[in-house]
Amino acid sequence: MYSDKVMDHFKNPRNVGEIADADGVGEVGNPVCGDIMKIFLKIENNIIVDAKFKTFGCGAAIASSSMATELVRGKTLEDAWEVSNKAVAEALEGLPPIKMHCSVLAEEGIHKAINDYRVKHGLEPWKEKHPHAHDHGEDAVCEH
Amino acid sequence: MAERHIIYMDHAATTYVRRDVLDAIIPYNTVHFGNPSSIYGIARDSKIAVETSRAQVAKAIGAHPDEIYFTSGGSESDNWAIKGVATANRKKGRHIITSAIEHHAVLYTCEHLEEEGYTVTYLPVDDYGLVNPADLEKAITNETILVTIMYANNEIGTIEPVAELGAIARKHNVYFHTDAVQAIGNIPIDVTSQNIDLLSLSAHKFYGPKGAGALYIRKGVKIGNLIHGGGQERGKRAGTENLAGIVGLGKAIELAVSDIPGHNTKIRALRDRLLKGVLETIPHAKLNGHPEKRLPGNFNVSFDFIEGESMLLWLDDEGICGSTGSACTSGSLSPSHVLLACGMPAETAHGSLRLTLGDANTEEDVDRVLNVLPKVVAKLRDMSPLYQKTATKGGI
Repeated sequence: MYSDKVMDHFKNPRNVGEIADADGVGEVGNPVCGDIMKIFLKIENNIIVDAKFKTFGCGAAIASSSMATELVRGKTLEDAWEVSNKAVAEALEGLPPIKMHCSVLAEEGIHKAINDYRVKHGLEPWKEKHPHAHDHGEDAVCEH
Repeated sequence: MAERHIIYMDHAATTYVRRDVLDAIIPYNTVHFGNPSSIYGIARDSKIAVETSRAQVAKAIGAHPDEIYFTSGGSESDNWAIKGVATANRKKGRHIITSAIEHHAVLYTCEHLEEEGYTVTYLPVDDYGLVNPADLEKAITNETILVTIMYANNEIGTIEPVAELGAIARKHNVYFHTDAVQAIGNIPIDVTSQNIDLLSLSAHKFYGPKGAGALYIRKGVKIGNLIHGGGQERGKRAGTENLAGIVGLGKAIELAVSDIPGHNTKIRALRDRLLKGVLETIPHAKLNGHPEKRLPGNFNVSFDFIEGESMLLWLDDEGICGSTGSACTSGSLSPSHVLLACGMPAETAHGSLRLTLGDANTEEDVDRVLNVLPKVVAKLRDMSPLYQKTATKGGI
């Protein structure tokens, strides 16, 4: 059911781990729903010089985390913010429809980590242009 | 490329067809292919084969051949039993009792009937997945027309106290149906002494072909017809018989019940060694279902901090076939309703792994899983943010 690219990033995930002195950290998802992503960013001169992740989730969640961290490395924060869930899914050569939420989660994880950095530096957090339905609030309804 | 050795541990999903069953089936596709309803010689052979299979199925569960109706499998049998009894007895009442851990073929049929104006009570289960007979007794009202509770659960393998539940239903003059799809060949079944009025079974769970099953309907049970048309299956389920499938079902069930204790001893020994090995070598792992009252081949264990689908993908990479109660493989959004009904938190249910052993398995298969699984679990935990959190918090 998964593309070769998804299987490659699932079996050989890039950038697994943590960054001890990360400049921005974003955790999204909910264990009740079966997926949590934690994204770590190292930022120098407005550029993401390193990105790592830890993920609890299915094959698509792990592959999306891997691909998203690959896509944002070396980008300015502005460009990294524009990396959409569609871009993650396309880079993975597609995701099954019921797994698209995994790419959404990856996008949200990157956004959260970037805003974590911005807030720490006294900057206004950027607003989500397209608020997603994938909102794991307190009630955790797992709407994908 | 050398052919990879597949370790098949998903017998509860389906089984391969045994060689001797396949040999029995083939001539009914090639030589004795006549329509059992026709008049000539080869058709008579077909008719005889259908009735031989009916007798084999009846004998396997202690029924009379006239009480066996061939269907396409477990889901059809469940649908027929429930809807058929509901419609034929609606003047008596519109209340049905089932359990929270039934197969979807039962649960969704009950939900459908709720939309049609019936009332359904979903009995809870304990942490092991057992229905409490006292709960059934309390739930029965004057309106109750059917109790449907599975013989053994497909996910966690828990064996329900069917004879006792059936006795309660009978005492109150309520029909008792059981989905015995997972039980055949694992538990000796006798519909008379176990107070069963209707029973569903399916050939592909006991080394028979897919698309062949049966519904046992005790003589005298009021039930609506399923398919209107020709006179097949005593007019209750019309349509030209799935001849080869029916022959395969008869042969498969005869073999499946021929040595239940011997079969169980072998499978249980493999399962117990697998279970013991896994629980001893992998921390934060818990057995789901009942420790003793469970199907001999069923292994269902939850591993904290990881998700089931990613486990299955890694196991598949090693040629090991299993299944999980995680939502991520089912296409739905919630994890297994069975594990949740047993009181398990959703995050733990997402990390469940079901391996169901059967005739395909050997000691070498168990060794291989015991070698591979701890590495898979460790690899996924290494990348799980939950594992790190707990390890820090709990100082593991």
